[in-house]
Amino acid sequence: MKFTKRHFLGLAASTAMAAMPMAALADGWEPKRPIDFTIMAGPGGGADQIARFVQSVVETNDMTNRPLIPTNRGGGSGAEALLHMKDARDADHTLMVTLNSFYTTPIRQEGLGVDIETFTPITMMGVDPFVLWVHKDSGITTFEQYIETVKEMNGEFVMGGTGSGQEDSIVIAFMSGVYDLDIKYIPYDGGGAVAKDLAGQQIMATVNNPAEAKGFYEAGEFVPLLAFSDERLDAYPDVPTMKEKGHDFSYYNQRAIVGAPGMSDEAAAYYREVFGAVYEGADWQNYLTSESLAPLPMDEAQTREYWAIQVENHRDLLGAIAGQS
Amino acid sequence: MEVLSFLTDGVLLALAPTNLFLIVIGVTVGLFIGAMPGLGSVNGVAILLPITFLVPPGSAIIFLAAIYYGAMYGGAISSVALGIPGASTAVATTFDGRPLALQGRASLALVTAALASFVGGTVANVFFTLFAPILASLALSFGPPEIFALMLLAFATFVGLGGDDIPKTIFSICFGLVLATVGFDTISGEPRLVLFDIPGFLRGIGFIVLAIGVYGIGEMLWTIEQTRGEITTTNPKMTAKGMMSDTKEAVRRGWKGTWIGSLIGFFVGILPAAGATPGSLMSYGVAKMVSNTPQEFGNGSPNGVAAPEAANNSASTGSMLPMLTLGIPGSPTTAILLGGMVIWGLTPGPRLFVDESEFVWGLIGSFYISNIAALLINLAFIPLFIWMLRMPFTILAPLIFVLSIVGGFAASRSMHDLWLIVIFGIAAFFMRKFDYPLAPAVLAIVLGPIAEPTLRQSLLLSSGDPMIFFTRPIAGPITIIAIILILLPAIKLIRGSRRVEEA
Repeated sequence: MKFTKRHFLGLAASTAMAAMPMAALADGWEPKRPIDFTIMAGPGGGADQIARFVQSVVETNDMTNRPLIPTNRGGGSGAEALLHMKDARDADHTLMVTLNSFYTTPIRQEGLGVDIETFTPITMMGVDPFVLWVHKDSGITTFEQYIETVKEMNGEFVMGGTGSGQEDSIVIAFMSGVYDLDIKYIPYDGGGAVAKDLAGQQIMATVNNPAEAKGFYEAGEFVPLLAFSDERLDAYPDVPTMKEKGHDFSYYNQRAIVGAPGMSDEAAAYYREVFGAVYEGADWQNYLTSESLAPLPMDEAQTREYWAIQVENHRDLLGAIAGQS
Repeated sequence: MEVLSFLTDGVLLALAPTNLFLIVIGVTVGLFIGAMPGLGSVNGVAILLPITFLVPPGSAIIFLAAIYYGAMYGGAISSVALGIPGASTAVATTFDGRPLALQGRASLALVTAALASFVGGTVANVFFTLFAPILASLALSFGPPEIFALMLLAFATFVGLGGDDIPKTIFSICFGLVLATVGFDTISGEPRLVLFDIPGFLRGIGFIVLAIGVYGIGEMLWTIEQTRGEITTTNPKMTAKGMMSDTKEAVRRGWKGTWIGSLIGFFVGILPAAGATPGSLMSYGVAKMVSNTPQEFGNGSPNGVAAPEAANNSASTGSMLPMLTLGIPGSPTTAILLGGMVIWGLTPGPRLFVDESEFVWGLIGSFYISNIAALLINLAFIPLFIWMLRMPFTILAPLIFVLSIVGGFAASRSMHDLWLIVIFGIAAFFMRKFDYPLAPAVLAIVLGPIAEPTLRQSLLLSSGDPMIFFTRPIAGPITIIAIILILLPAIKLIRGSRRVEEA
């Protein structure tokens, strides 16, 4: 006897259906097949966690009549997922959970021919802020001290991140630009690995999402110095922002659900209702609070506008990085 | 002792009816998922994650950990019975497991694997229980240079295994390393070696694809060509008495490998970047080196089955340690477990042992119980797997072929991977014809993606100075041992020829 993945999904779905009454969410269009739920990152990262969280909320509350099937397509810094979406054979059953490589990868890899503005906005689940962290044993407690230390070390100050052109490197590049810092930057393959090497003091500072550094912060290992958000974060009220330091800069990781290009309006409306309900639900609201995500609800038109601005911003930011090196 | 009372509470919690039921189901499901080539614990845990929201978090993680355990036992079944490593952690198990099966001793191989897995898991559990905080800080002291040194050591144990044609071994390693560089390059942030601009190569070439191609398709073609379908390699019989004597033989001829595997596996497993695969490989290498009868290795030595199997179980428990204490996954499977914990509202990390002690000790308690359950269930199923082996080759061969294709597809749901499996299978057949060892290529594709970035990160850290591998207190000794091991065959050769001259 051999089990296959499909077998299990069937099993899981039938258990869920037997356990709970069907909730009719929308009249009219309904999915006819299992829904492809592509994650543009590998297993274990922030986007993956969010996708599986959302999937679990949908499954436990039986919010769709067909299961969501999460598949990690993180290859090529999300290029694999973007191409999968672009060439989706069945746009009405193809969704994706994003991070900022949604903007950066099409700019950095023009050969892909992906234009994200053709994608279908579904729901903006929230945005993930970035914070500058050091290890407690470094003795650094303020951002000013950090700047001083980096300058003193004259190119020997080591920071880790998830690689050139990735979210944290954009933030670090901005910081280096305005404060004229010379930082040795070591790329890692995920935010978790970066946090671990800061804990082991293999590197001296990082720019991580609060979710990735929270455990170490609560244990007193990590010290937050600066937040790259518009306002001070509720969970870190004593941490100043870059804006307070006189630089109009904030940077967030987009946590959104988008549909494939060419998705029908009826299907898009159906998914907006489903994920809108997930967003409103207590589970997701608690998650936003505990992981320090900022809510940023917007409708379809606003999302399209937001995307256009983000693409422009990222083009400038990436251009600036390319100019620096 | 405080730890013992915590542990007792934990074990009692794991023995609660719901949890015990979940453990038995989890282990059985895991065993079959692991036995299926292509599907490993990662898939099993990911697929079943959503249904765990129906039970409390403590029970949910116990269930998922039981699947993880079961899959680790199951990996050996596919390695021995089909000759295809079900997961990268079970590659080394095929080296001696497969020859044993071909000699009609599949039951000995499976019993040895089960017992070694049990000991490995238990040893790791004990270490885990007693020394978790110390071990966590040890894991943190391994930065990129240390991990690279360790990978060098893993390659060295492999070249040092020698005996075979060394140039061909090196060729095979290089072949695997080149395949490993396909896809996205973390350090430069650029895609590379995207062959023929086929988008599928953006993801890189996974271990599963190469292993299924090489073992599932290539080996099978080779066997058919060698025997023209006439083989009845195995005629294993399964009796209670036979199993008893196999158990005795497994203990007698496999205990050494088991201990080596348990210890090495655990220490390599707790390092977040390394994980169970290098652990099982190094254990195999070391077991061969210290053996009095190294010539048995590769031809069906029970020690050669015991070492990697003890190691991969020990390492999978070990990789739970950085997950729980640091919030850092030691393997892809623990990465998903970690995601699960966040979803359940727990914060993995240094505070978890204090804030959620019932959860943590319930989980640790469940490791002990899962391990016992996995041993018993595995032993109970061995006759079924043996029965499968008794099928005529003409039925078994197409079955293996179908399993390979289905398993390869299920893992990534990509047609691109299926074509690669077929191409690698045919390439492997020809390499095998010309006597190239294939295992080094398969291992290089597992170790390459760990070794390459850590090498480059280290050199970035040191501004290009390779002395960083010698001057750091932990990296230094490991690097030196690795270099000696690599040079050992050459030294032996020179000494040997001198002796001939003197004589």
